[in-house]
Formats: sequence, C-alpha cells, structure tokens
Amino acid sequence: MSTYYAGLLADVGILLLGALSVYIILATGQLSLGNAGFMSIGAYITSVLTVNAGIPVTVALVMAGLASGAIGVVVGFPALRLKGIYLAMATLGFGEMVRSFFLNFDAVGGAGGFHGMTHISVGYIWAWAGAILLLVMLLERSRVWLEMRAVHDDETVASLVGLNTTVIKVAAFGVGAAVAAISGGLFAHHHVYIEPGNFGFERSIDFVLAVILGGSTVAPGALIGSLLLVLLPEMLRFISDWRLAAFGVLLIAVLLVRRQGILDRSLFARMTFRGRPA
Amino acid sequence: MSGTAHSLLRLDGVSKLFGGVHALAGVSCDVPQGAIVGVIGPNGAGKTTMFNVITGAFSADAGTISLDGKAITHERPHRIARAGISRTFQNIRLFAGMTVWEHLLVAQPHGESALRRLLPTSWADPAALRRAQEVLEFFGLGEVRDRVARSLPYGLQRKVEMARAVTARPKLLLLDEPVAGMNHDEAEEIRRLMLALRQGGLSILLIEHDMAFVMNLCDTLYVLDFGMIIAQGRPDEVRANPVVLDAYLGRAA
Repeated sequence: MSTYYAGLLADVGILLLGALSVYIILATGQLSLGNAGFMSIGAYITSVLTVNAGIPVTVALVMAGLASGAIGVVVGFPALRLKGIYLAMATLGFGEMVRSFFLNFDAVGGAGGFHGMTHISVGYIWAWAGAILLLVMLLERSRVWLEMRAVHDDETVASLVGLNTTVIKVAAFGVGAAVAAISGGLFAHHHVYIEPGNFGFERSIDFVLAVILGGSTVAPGALIGSLLLVLLPEMLRFISDWRLAAFGVLLIAVLLVRRQGILDRSLFARMTFRGRPA
Repeated sequence: MSGTAHSLLRLDGVSKLFGGVHALAGVSCDVPQGAIVGVIGPNGAGKTTMFNVITGAFSADAGTISLDGKAITHERPHRIARAGISRTFQNIRLFAGMTVWEHLLVAQPHGESALRRLLPTSWADPAALRRAQEVLEFFGLGEVRDRVARSLPYGLQRKVEMARAVTARPKLLLLDEPVAGMNHDEAEEIRRLMLALRQGGLSILLIEHDMAFVMNLCDTLYVLDFGMIIAQGRPDEVRANPVVLDAYLGRAA
C-alpha cells in the first residue's frame, strides 16, 4: 500500500472514532460540538505517557480513555441543564477552553506543540477503530441502547417508565469522551507531532458532519460518513481549487435527498437481511 | 367508600400552585387495592395536573402522597415509576423511532444486572422476554410487533402505550383519557382489557370525559372542579348528586 493511501486510511480510522464519540452522545439526544476537546485531552495524555513515562501505547490509550471519560462525566452534569442549540454552544465553548489550555500549558510544549512519539501503523489504528465500531454495534442491540433512544425520543416519558435519565445522559458523555480520547491518542502517534491547533472546533464539526452525513441512527453510518469526508475531497482533486466548494454542494445535495443521512435503520436492516417486511 | 380494602394510593391534602393559581387545592383521595377509580371533571379542573403530581413530573406544594403506605411525595419520577406507578398520556406519547416490541423491552422492570443490560436484548432473561410476549399478546399486538409504533392506527397506538405501562409491572396504572377519540367498539375493547387487568391484581386510576364509560366501569368516582374534590362515591351516587350535575354534567351539556 502506498504511503498516500495508508495516510488516508489512517485518517478515516481516526475520524471514525471521533464520529462515534459524537454518535454515542447524540444517541441520548445531546449534540456535542466540543469533542475535539476530549480528543486533545486524549492526544496529550497518551503522548506524555508514552514519551515521558515510557508506557506502552496500548496501555497509555486505555489510561487516556479513562481519564477523558471521567472529564466527560464532569462535563455531562452541567450539560443536563442545557438542550439543543444551547448545549451545542456550551460544548463548543468547552472545546475551545481545552484548546486554549494546551496553548498556554508550557509543560506539554504550549503553542510549540509536543513530539517524540513513536509512529504507529495503519493496522494498529484500525484494530482500535474496528474493535470500537463493533462494540458500539453490539451495544446498539442492548437494553441500555434502547434506554438511550428512549431518552433521545422523549425524556419525560423515559423517566416515567422508570429510566434514570441523569445517569443515562451523563454516562453517554463519559463514554463518548473516552472514545474521542482514543481517537486523539491514535492521531498523536500517527502524526508523531501534535499542537493545540490540531484540535480546533473545525475538527469537532468534522465529527458531527460524518455522523449527520453517514446516518445518525446506526453506528455504521459514522463509517460511511468518515469514508466520504476523507475520500471525497481527494477524489475531487481534478477540479483543484474548487474541490472544497464542490464537496459542499455534494453535502447539501445528500442532506436534501436523505435528511436522516445515507444509512438509516431500515436501509441497514435490509442490507444485513435482518429486516422483516414492515 | 370501600373501607375494608387496603389502600394502595392515598393523596392527602395535595396542592399545586401555578403562579398563584391553585391547580390543585387540597385534594385528598384514595385508591383501594384492586379497585378501578375514576376522576372526572370539566376541562381545566386539574385532572392531568393530579396525574403529573402523582408521577413526580411536578412536585406537590403541599400535602402528601403515599403508595402502599410509603411516602412518594417528593421522589423523582423514575423512582416513583419503579415503586409501582405507570401511566399513559392524554395525547399519546410513544418513542419516535421504536417498534412496538422495543417499547415493551425498554419498559421492563429494572431487575437486571448492569452487565446484562449491556448485552443484546435477544440474550436477555428468557422469563422477562416471555413476560413481554405475554403483554404483547394480551393487548393483541402480536401482528404488529416489529412495526414502528408511531406508524400504527390511533387505536393500536393507544394499546401500545397501555402495553408499555403494563410491562413495567406496576401496582397502579394511571390512564389519562384511555378512550378519547375512540368509537364505541374500540372503547368497549379497552374496557374489557381494563377489567382483565384488574382481574390480574392491578389497580387503576383513570381520567375520563366519557361519562357513560366511567359509569359502567369504576368502583368509585371523584369529581374534580377548580382543583377541588366536589363529590365522591359510587357512580350512581355521583350521577345523582346535584352539585355534580351543576358543576359538570350541566355545563358539559
């Protein structure tokens, strides 16, 4: 495989994890525009652990995931009081707050960035991305996921059938933050150099875009969205400077035709022959 | 009132204020174990507010509510639900993307371990799945098990909502206008289902506008007007009560 395609494939895997981190939180009806913040927390923690403490990257990723998950839970509590656009704004603020924290935090390089990580293979990135995608797909068939969907659909009714909506929403934030952190740790060890600018709000937007484009009701939608988001601009290179504009037009076209995203529950069920005639 | 039966739900002087207006003003009532109790009253009398206060959606400003002798007055909604109260809504509230079967799975009682709830539902406790299947068949929803509930005809949606409430295995079922918008045959079927549920040990508190429906069904009626209980008793007593005729039947005619 050429370096060019390997690089693209690595980007898809890293974006997929970022998209899944948004997807998990969105499954409870909460839109987070700050997941690049969790991603950068994961990137810095993993890198410091491998570079300064000599911890193996897999262990470092797990530790970063747990730490970021704990921060996600802390962020999840104030998020309970906010809905829709207000929550989106607040999480966007969180992401920018984390970015400016690392910009000023000289112990990890500040604006100069942080380096010294050992490069990881595309295969390693995809081992994580594939495993987490499969886990989320398994989780989607569980009682807990139904409870998350109930909270998403009607929080009041969900509480009246006995669901603790607080625990469900906060836990989703925690798990989403952990997945975003793993995406960040992999990003850091793929590029072997990170700086706060890597984790701006455009990246958070990319995560959300991948989910919306690919389909926000099934986990494989995040995979479709990530593939399109990485590969489409590359395939449009023949129109050089206009490729991003053309990409924007395609995006709008897809959303006009399929508001629910490319993949939805019924299409996915038909593809996997699990659907019954409705 | 049926003094011999053990009291399941008791409201004692319950009040709820909205911006200085008493939506409920010292409401006291009692649902005996195994009874079907009706609440009637004109629009805006506070009937739905009463349900919202019982289920914890609103917190009572005064008074106490107890279920099976245990105070639930200021508990959070999910705790009250788990303590044994399930409800339906005046305007049907189903989960948008869920099939009928998923509505039943998500409403099952919370006995399972956290680990089990993380596994696919098809691996769940077979006894729990069998119970959900029984509820499905009891409400005659077997045929539409895998249909998205919101895509079903109105009458079936009402049944899905009731089935969801019953799956939680409550002690007390609150039904907010269960036959609103239904024709005579459909209403008759709901009545039959309610009697069968009571036969199975469930107690029911219902809000209803259809006078004929409550007359034939309820053991006890409470009449609510301006947030106060103005009359109570057996349906035939209530129907003959001049205060009720004036406040409710007279005005409704």
